[in-house]
Amino acid sequence: MESQIFQLQYAMDTFYFLVCGALVMWMAAGFSMLEAGLVRAKNTTEILTKNVMLFAIACTAYLVVGYDIMYGGGIFLDGIAGGDTLVEDALAASAEAGFDGGSVYSAASDFFFQVVFVATAMSIVSGAVAERMKLTAFAFFAVVMTAFIYPMEGAWTWGGASVFGMYSLGDDFGFLDFAGSGIVHMAGAAAALAGVMLLGARKGKYGENGEVKPIPGANLPLATLGTFILWMGWFGFNGGSVLKLGDMASANAVAMVFLNTNAAAAGGVIAALFMAKMMFGKADLTMILNGALAGLVAITAGPDTPTPLAATLIGAAGGALVVLSILFMDKIKIDDPVGAISVHGVVGLWGLLAVPLTNSDASFTGQLVGAATIFVWVFVTSFIVWAILKMVMGIRVSEEEEYEGVDISECGIEAYPEFTDR
Amino acid sequence: MKQVVAIIKPFKLDDVRESLSEIGVQGLTVSEVKGFGRQKGHTELYRGAEYVVDFLPKLKLEVAVDDPLVEQVIEAIVKGANTGKIGDGKIFVYPLEHVVRIRTSETGPDAL
Repeated sequence: MESQIFQLQYAMDTFYFLVCGALVMWMAAGFSMLEAGLVRAKNTTEILTKNVMLFAIACTAYLVVGYDIMYGGGIFLDGIAGGDTLVEDALAASAEAGFDGGSVYSAASDFFFQVVFVATAMSIVSGAVAERMKLTAFAFFAVVMTAFIYPMEGAWTWGGASVFGMYSLGDDFGFLDFAGSGIVHMAGAAAALAGVMLLGARKGKYGENGEVKPIPGANLPLATLGTFILWMGWFGFNGGSVLKLGDMASANAVAMVFLNTNAAAAGGVIAALFMAKMMFGKADLTMILNGALAGLVAITAGPDTPTPLAATLIGAAGGALVVLSILFMDKIKIDDPVGAISVHGVVGLWGLLAVPLTNSDASFTGQLVGAATIFVWVFVTSFIVWAILKMVMGIRVSEEEEYEGVDISECGIEAYPEFTDR
Repeated sequence: MKQVVAIIKPFKLDDVRESLSEIGVQGLTVSEVKGFGRQKGHTELYRGAEYVVDFLPKLKLEVAVDDPLVEQVIEAIVKGANTGKIGDGKIFVYPLEHVVRIRTSETGPDAL
């Protein structure tokens, strides 16, 4: 009887992991739609191609070596199948721990859940470099990012490894990042920032005297749909990061994480709406959409400990911060068509720093050291990779190709052949 | 005969059509056009930065009428399209040399 209950617990945790993984996979659709909505019509096919391509590259590169670097498990995942005594071992471990033990689930489900996070980190990059980057350069970078750069910092944090044998973020500093405000979101933004710095702004974005010339997105319904898809996928992102559903305490934790994740997104929307209305006099939809995502990013580092009200406020602070950050990025001429660096980077950092507010296990120092470690590692290695790509093959399309739209030069297909508005 | 051409704000089309029907105008041609006058476009906002849209959407009306009706037609268009705000549009009146109704080959005022 007991054995059957443990088997059921194992099955439930595995099932929960897989469903959450599928929800996070769906975030790829969210990023695709958001980015397709915020670029011009002439660059739509290319951004969609990039999003599909990066997802496949991330899955494959992480399968080949990424997962092994981050968690072990062998190159090509040859170590995750488990031995002949897999079932007996899991049952024995469950019996020993009673119902309060650690997470028990299939190793394959763990890979599936982890791999979609890699793709999420990479998706963040694609939006920031949109409308002017060469598709092949982006593909090469995606390989390095998902096979090496992300898995390394993932190993230092969730993997528990020490940073080049120097210090351990978990043991020495108590660094906490529940579902990846820093590990996934800020990391993606750091790679994006390095890319944008070497890539330069879109032609016509900034005037000679530093004035900002808006380049409105082609399709705000798509951008809104993308935001809602991401919002939904985030329940898997944060909810799944509880890693376990099969007992009452875990079920309560999962419910709390869902509640707080949703509350933070709502807080982010309201704050961004308020900021936009106050600062510009208008309810700028794109800012509000960024506000929703900022709320979600902000709560991701610690959705388990805040009260619902605290979660709303953490999300609201993220939503307010993202509006200021987007304006600031334009001031310093970091051209980010979708606001990815602000949403995931600046607010990702805020998310990490907000953890100690409600979780006494974390400290500001520890969070800062963790954030600095992730940022420096990802930014520096990304910068080197982008620089090498720039020297070897070039990372930017020609001026004429940029004017005509990268749909034609990179993909040969227009997204809306009958309505292309240049 | 005269051809009256009017540039109006798109949302006033129904009002103008009604006031023209009231005075017995039988036909009307409308096209969607873009342009600007003294109002000089308008500004829009995207992610906190303003930008100017130079050419605003307008409607162009064309009405062909017999001479005695011209003043009434002008009055009707003004009545229908006036909002008192900048950007209400303009009315141009041209002499009309010749008209042919294609179905019956009638010509002149009979064809109007």
